[in-house]
Amino acid sequence: MDAFIELDRVEKVFDVRKKTGFLKRERRQVRAVDSISFSVARGEMVGYIGPNGAGKSTTIKMLTGILTPSGGRLRVAGIDPSRERTRLARRIGVVFGQRTTLWWDLPLIDSYKLMHRMYRIPDERYRENLDRCVELLELGDLLDVPVRQLSLGQRMRGDIAAALLHDPEVLYLDEPTIGLDVISKAKVRGFLRELNTERGTTVLLTTHDLQDIEQLCKRVMVIDHGRLMYDGPLAGLHEIGESERTLVVDLERELPPIEAPGARVVKVEGPRQWLAFPASESAAALVARVAAAYPMVDLSVREPDIEAVIAKMYAEQSEKAVS
Amino acid sequence: MGSWRLYVAVAVGGFRRYATYRAATAAGVFTNTVFGVILVYTYLALWDEKPHLGGYDQAQAVTYVWLGQCLYATLAIQGGGAEKDLMDRIRTGEIAVDLYRPADLQLWWLASDMGRSLFQMVGRGVIPFLFGAVFFPMALPTEVTTWAAFLVTLLLAAVVSFAIRYLAALSAFWLMDGMGISQALMITGVFFSGIVLPLNAFPGALGDIVQVLPWAALLQMPADVLMGETGVPGAFAFQAVWAVVLLAAGRLLQSAATRRVVVQGG
Repeated sequence: MDAFIELDRVEKVFDVRKKTGFLKRERRQVRAVDSISFSVARGEMVGYIGPNGAGKSTTIKMLTGILTPSGGRLRVAGIDPSRERTRLARRIGVVFGQRTTLWWDLPLIDSYKLMHRMYRIPDERYRENLDRCVELLELGDLLDVPVRQLSLGQRMRGDIAAALLHDPEVLYLDEPTIGLDVISKAKVRGFLRELNTERGTTVLLTTHDLQDIEQLCKRVMVIDHGRLMYDGPLAGLHEIGESERTLVVDLERELPPIEAPGARVVKVEGPRQWLAFPASESAAALVARVAAAYPMVDLSVREPDIEAVIAKMYAEQSEKAVS
Repeated sequence: MGSWRLYVAVAVGGFRRYATYRAATAAGVFTNTVFGVILVYTYLALWDEKPHLGGYDQAQAVTYVWLGQCLYATLAIQGGGAEKDLMDRIRTGEIAVDLYRPADLQLWWLASDMGRSLFQMVGRGVIPFLFGAVFFPMALPTEVTTWAAFLVTLLLAAVVSFAIRYLAALSAFWLMDGMGISQALMITGVFFSGIVLPLNAFPGALGDIVQVLPWAALLQMPADVLMGETGVPGAFAFQAVWAVVLLAAGRLLQSAATRRVVVQGG
């Protein structure tokens, strides 16, 4: 396999100075990334997940070259990012959900014209890519609107287009769907899927939203406390983490906790009850069983959140370490 | 460097960005005109008591006032140009986005500030100057070459001004908060540029010192070139040396900053 991104025991240690008294300072080292190794092949779409402060963004900053690793070897397209940041920058695209690369006070199209010059995109290629992004991300009516007037979802789509005009070989996305409504999320996901399958762009996606991963990535990597905890298919993650989905049932009236095989009631609040069941099981069977035995008014299914899965995984690992 | 088109685009963006805020521009024109009138009468009173203060006659003193009002926003004498945006981006961590780009940070911000300067001059600075020229006797040259030399000193002044503010802004990488820096920039800028009183009117040793500091390249040099009070090559050299020294210092500090960059937040 053609490894496009390669990390070999990469570390990043930050020096943190803490005031401990009058003029006294204590130096402490924080391992934001602790000996991580993985490789991503050209054309793969990988989810990179973990709780806040796990080291995801630090990894991405090293991959783009704006942070230098403290140890280990790191290559993107054969290039050492921190040594040749500017050269690599022409071949990568970066989208940060919480930050924007767009020109705040100016119409969206001005930012694209700037990208045209910055990445020295051939005119024809620029036109083609812009047209395609405008069509797929529905930006047509927004091109002449100042960026500060765009909604979060519109701005996000604008940012994604800005990162793709120069045909990057790899796209790093940091929380691309954060704060977006359902429709915007679907648009962004659809576009990314198309980008990956049609163009073969390698995508590394960090997110808190497990649905992003479920709908887009065959492979997922979990990082916590700077260590790679899991690298494999999403289904395997659910198994390892024994993650659970929650069925929220509204009954006609207050009733004792529902008894259903394969599920347990975790919370009761008046006529509403919460049932946890394994994420690998089908919800349909459980719903049918409950509906047959109880007067049900309404229901909804909640996906496990990634924090819970990882917390569970982490607890298990430390248990193993103790025993 | 074949990327001049990029920096031209950045400068155009800087220009257009300021052009979008019309009310702010109109308010600026009004403020500079009012301040100009106040300063002119103060100067006239002062020059009545002390004729030829600093080697200027009354018409030259008046010219100096209106040129100062014209360049006040153009050269961001009290700050508020590209350095403010840069410090904000460092503080919030947005600077990370700039570092991902295949562009030179210093040239980028220089271009953006040049665009801003140009807008502030044509959109805001020229009107008070014309107002002054219409209603007060001013000492303006008639030769085209003097005006041409003056325009070159303006360009150099804009570069020196940027270089000072860029250096200051980079310190936000270490200090994290730009408030103190902005205030220091404002006080030093207003005092040492001579916007309140021409530097040649400063007494004794203080006068000798302020006239060789980089801020002397902002208002004093263009004013003296315009009014024929100094040799043109000497003025160019003085400004160019400061521009090169400060830009080089900015480059050094920039590479130190980006090497130790701790980009804020997530």
